Amino acid sequence: MTATEDRLAGLLGTSVLRPDGVAKVSGQFAFSNDLNVPGMLWGGTLRSAVPYARLRRIDTSAARRMPGVAAVISAADVPGKPLYGLEVPDQPVFARDIVRYVGEPIAAVAAITPDIVRAALERIVVDYSPLEPVVDATLALSAEPIHPDGNLLRRVCVRSGAPEFSYDVMVEGTYSVGMQDQAFMGPECGLAIPAQDGGVELHVATQWLHADQRQIAACLGIELGQVRVVQAGAGGAFGAREDVSLQIHLCLLALRTGCPVKLAYNREESFLGHVHRHPATMQYRHYATAEGAITSIEAEIILDGGAYASTSAAVAGNAAFFACGPYVVPRARIDVHAVRTNNPPCGAMRGFGAVQTCFAHESQMDKLAARCGLDPVEVRMRNLLQAGDRLITGQELDGPAPIARLLRRLGSAPLPPRTSETGPFSLPGGAGRTTDLENVQRGVGYALGMKQLMFAEGRDDYAVARVSLTGNKATITSACAEIGQGFVTVAQQIASDVLGVSQVVLEPATTDVGSAGSSSASRQTWMSGGAIQGACDELIVQIRDLAAKRFNVPVELVSYDGGRAWGPGFDIELGDLLADRELESTFTHRHKPTRQPDENGQGTLHVAFAFAAHRAVVDVDPELGLVRIVDIATTQDVGKILNPVQAVGQIEGGIAQGVGLAVMEELIVREGRIRNPSFTDYLIPTSLDTPPVTVVELVEEPHPDAPFGAKGIGEPPTISSTAAIAAAIRDATGLALPKVPITGEEIARFAYMEG
Amino acid sequence: MTTFLPGSVADAVVVLAEHRPDVLAGCTDYMVEVNGRHRRPGDVMSLRRLADLRRWSVAARVLHLGATVTFTELMGQPLAGFVPSLSQAARTVGSPQIRNMATIGGNVMTASPAGDSLAVLVALDAVAVLASVRGIRRLPVEELLVGPKLTSANPDELLLRLEIPLRPARHEFIKVGARNAMVIAVASLALIVDRDRTRVCCALGAVGPTVLRATTAEEFYAASSSRRSCGQSPEFVAEFASLVAAAAQPIDDHRGTARYRRHCIEVCARRALQRTLRSGVE
Amino acid sequence: MTASDIFITVNGRGQRARIDYPGQSLLSLLRDSLGLTGTKNACEQGECGSCSVMFDGKLACACLVLAADCDNSSVETIESGPRDDELCIVQRAFHETGAVQCGFCTPGLVMAVRDLISRSRGTEIEDATIREAISGNLCRCTGYGRVLVAARFAIEQSR
Repeated sequence: MTATEDRLAGLLGTSVLRPDGVAKVSGQFAFSNDLNVPGMLWGGTLRSAVPYARLRRIDTSAARRMPGVAAVISAADVPGKPLYGLEVPDQPVFARDIVRYVGEPIAAVAAITPDIVRAALERIVVDYSPLEPVVDATLALSAEPIHPDGNLLRRVCVRSGAPEFSYDVMVEGTYSVGMQDQAFMGPECGLAIPAQDGGVELHVATQWLHADQRQIAACLGIELGQVRVVQAGAGGAFGAREDVSLQIHLCLLALRTGCPVKLAYNREESFLGHVHRHPATMQYRHYATAEGAITSIEAEIILDGGAYASTSAAVAGNAAFFACGPYVVPRARIDVHAVRTNNPPCGAMRGFGAVQTCFAHESQMDKLAARCGLDPVEVRMRNLLQAGDRLITGQELDGPAPIARLLRRLGSAPLPPRTSETGPFSLPGGAGRTTDLENVQRGVGYALGMKQLMFAEGRDDYAVARVSLTGNKATITSACAEIGQGFVTVAQQIASDVLGVSQVVLEPATTDVGSAGSSSASRQTWMSGGAIQGACDELIVQIRDLAAKRFNVPVELVSYDGGRAWGPGFDIELGDLLADRELESTFTHRHKPTRQPDENGQGTLHVAFAFAAHRAVVDVDPELGLVRIVDIATTQDVGKILNPVQAVGQIEGGIAQGVGLAVMEELIVREGRIRNPSFTDYLIPTSLDTPPVTVVELVEEPHPDAPFGAKGIGEPPTISSTAAIAAAIRDATGLALPKVPITGEEIARFAYMEG
Repeated sequence: MTTFLPGSVADAVVVLAEHRPDVLAGCTDYMVEVNGRHRRPGDVMSLRRLADLRRWSVAARVLHLGATVTFTELMGQPLAGFVPSLSQAARTVGSPQIRNMATIGGNVMTASPAGDSLAVLVALDAVAVLASVRGIRRLPVEELLVGPKLTSANPDELLLRLEIPLRPARHEFIKVGARNAMVIAVASLALIVDRDRTRVCCALGAVGPTVLRATTAEEFYAASSSRRSCGQSPEFVAEFASLVAAAAQPIDDHRGTARYRRHCIEVCARRALQRTLRSGVE
Repeated sequence: MTASDIFITVNGRGQRARIDYPGQSLLSLLRDSLGLTGTKNACEQGECGSCSVMFDGKLACACLVLAADCDNSSVETIESGPRDDELCIVQRAFHETGAVQCGFCTPGLVMAVRDLISRSRGTEIEDATIREAISGNLCRCTGYGRVLVAARFAIEQSR
């Protein structure tokens, strides 16, 4: 019963086990919060208690005087740039004269115990002069600017197709998506160790080591090379670790005190300390022929970006460019405004803008179906994009696009049988025994989603990897942040497969090697996987050159595969060929360039696309509004599966987050304040809330530009699963339900308001 | 901070009188508050080791349920058979981890308006047995629970056990929540119908400052002659449910509006009564 | 009796442990005082199960156990597995069925599944029973799909 390291290296397409799996199941794997060094201090953050105010005075003197306190820092103590930000540096390291959201950092403390840190934070005196907060995103643009950059974070317009159009039917609706939280299990924690050269080494769970490094160095006023970031074990991320949270504060404390400092958020602070999914309000009008063929789509979308920009610009882009879904749309008029408010800042969360608009466009497609007397699958089939069609951005849909196959296979998959058992877990309400069989209405709903893979709109998106080869072992060095998705497995599989070596080691991710880019946008298999592939291919060139020289044959006659080099008169094992040599290659993988959109949102903005379809079956108790999700079936366009078990894990996990957004997850923000920053009141699905997932088919049409043909798979499961569940609940109840999450109260409201 | 570990009830009441420590059994409510910094930890007295409080027994058609019987134990047989509604309520408490530690006595003395077992105990006419240096006092649970997180127990009184009269009856417990596990009730309801159907007891949770007794509905039921007839009329059931709902005093909070909670109570009352009328009584 | 230290048996080893501050939880004692960091802290409110341990033979959230009340108690953590790179049946099942992604919830889930198996010796366990047994353990990565497969596999292996 011994788990061995030898099983780690294996061919692509097989379910190789995670190299960190043994450590994780035995509790030996070090997450960021498990790190400790002797002599370390503890850190803590003082946060704004109000959504919008002038800071008249910050008095840290009482805190500084406390025994055991090593440092108290605030805005005046930031030696470098006072502002940071992933896309736009608009966010203060510490608020100086103004706070713009509840939870905005004002100061930080380092002390010898966590208790003293807490006591010191309480001794910091802050005089707020409250201002009238802007909390309604629909009014943000007409309100006074709450930031020198103004209240408009980004406006994206898409104008495609002729001004004139014809239609027989029009369906419209206003839809909204509440603020979802990534709610990863491992709360934020970092350990910063000051270096001799005035620099710092930071151990932190993050999604983009080099973006952290860049922002830390800038704000600390030191050289990039003086900041070393080491990826610590990450307890999930889902977008919430793309932005800096504690990194700069922690490094400042370490440099200030000259001691290692550890700073950990508890769950409540975690909710306040990271960005959330953008709440969205979306008004749509779909125009179509009587047969249901779309002629035009118009949409006005407002995204509440909260107090600071984060990645709102990119989210707004996605929302706009994928506002219509995977359909042929001859004419599009899309307006997205990402606005600044005094609500908590919003940024990346799995799906990244496409989740919100998918809910809207799929709700519209069902309305269109009803209007035209079509069923939900039929109306979609009539409008589906195919490879080669023009998107609303004017870009041709290049690459495989097996959308019709996804929908057809899903539509013909057998439905689960009606529930006949009456045990509590077969009915809505579970152990609460709320519901009898006769109270149950079943519903079925479909949804399709699409999104781009990788970064877009002209961003220089690349990934670096170094592979070295000694004897029969390959060592990969990559800064790709492992956040649970299983890159660590696939990386080893790639090297093993390409080089034909069975022993592959992946070094810990640090900034010692070039940037791998962000672990987001479903990009790392393509980008960092591609970098590893590139380095391995280059190593093979070196191997063949070596063999050619050694055996005095032209290199064109040297073959290499599976750990062997052979040619005229020789056949040699890699280990023998290399002897004591170490070969090394560093490769930068870039995807084909994209452009920035013009003022009409037109251009070759995206590298590649991925599609998924979901069908949800729900049992609803309409009187109480309780929902049991019976089954979710899915088909997904994956290009090529590199690790089947990991792929299914990503799909099931992504769907569960879609379930959460559909029926239970919302951060309730009133007057800028999060009312439910806890797992008691921010509910994510438990094992009794998630359905079995039926993977009907993972369609493998390899993408010609993708390393190994593999498309990213992390986000599509989260994009259309929410919409499918909402559609199913509507099917069961006949209610409009224009908002997610759909609460029991919202469903039942019609039962008691109608009498 | 002193941790008192009394070896007997007699010792415990003396400690309580002299030191007024926080009384702990399962610790689940207490530690949530301490960890969340809503309670400053002081002296505590742990009852976990007192075997007397963990026991239960049945004598003369009364279930004597020790205060530190856990929710997991309440879900097991034969206890579950004696008080099915209490077992049903126990199954909805927190999580398996919490049910293993949390106790019926702790649920009572914490007296949260949404405490899952409380509506059941009131509907069962459970009696709390309290002990202090002054002796033993019995008090109906309904009179013990007086407000949100407020009991009428004296600060030096210890809950020893609950005494629950066992009558042949059909039990129903329903809890409405926003998710299927680890959820605080939006509304809960306990309904106990006597075997001969002459009497019902009905209590409501999470829809008032404390557990509420649907007294008017109970009286309506008792006075109504139609309860005896074979086909119970929908009108009768609807009227009953409407009276139960009228007894609720819900507020709006982030878990639900008052209107929705009252509506839930009406639906739950109707369904609970229909179930008991439909399937006969054990 | 003032408990500034307690006698506690952790993973079979009896030892004295000092209570560092009033209100200290067993979770803190394990992680901070005893250096056993396998038990995780994701909420400290008993809402996630990542701190699940066996406490006096019962599956419990260590964050909800008062360390000062642990005198003469016995605790089993994820570190109580077999030694020397060996994995117990449940750990191996989680690893081999892909039930581990970020791994933060994994120790707590392993404890819960182990507890289910030991309580259910020989009896049939339905999927609904497994789901209920792990309903106190939140996982954000897997959607519980592979976790159920792992539990089922472990149940079969332990027969």
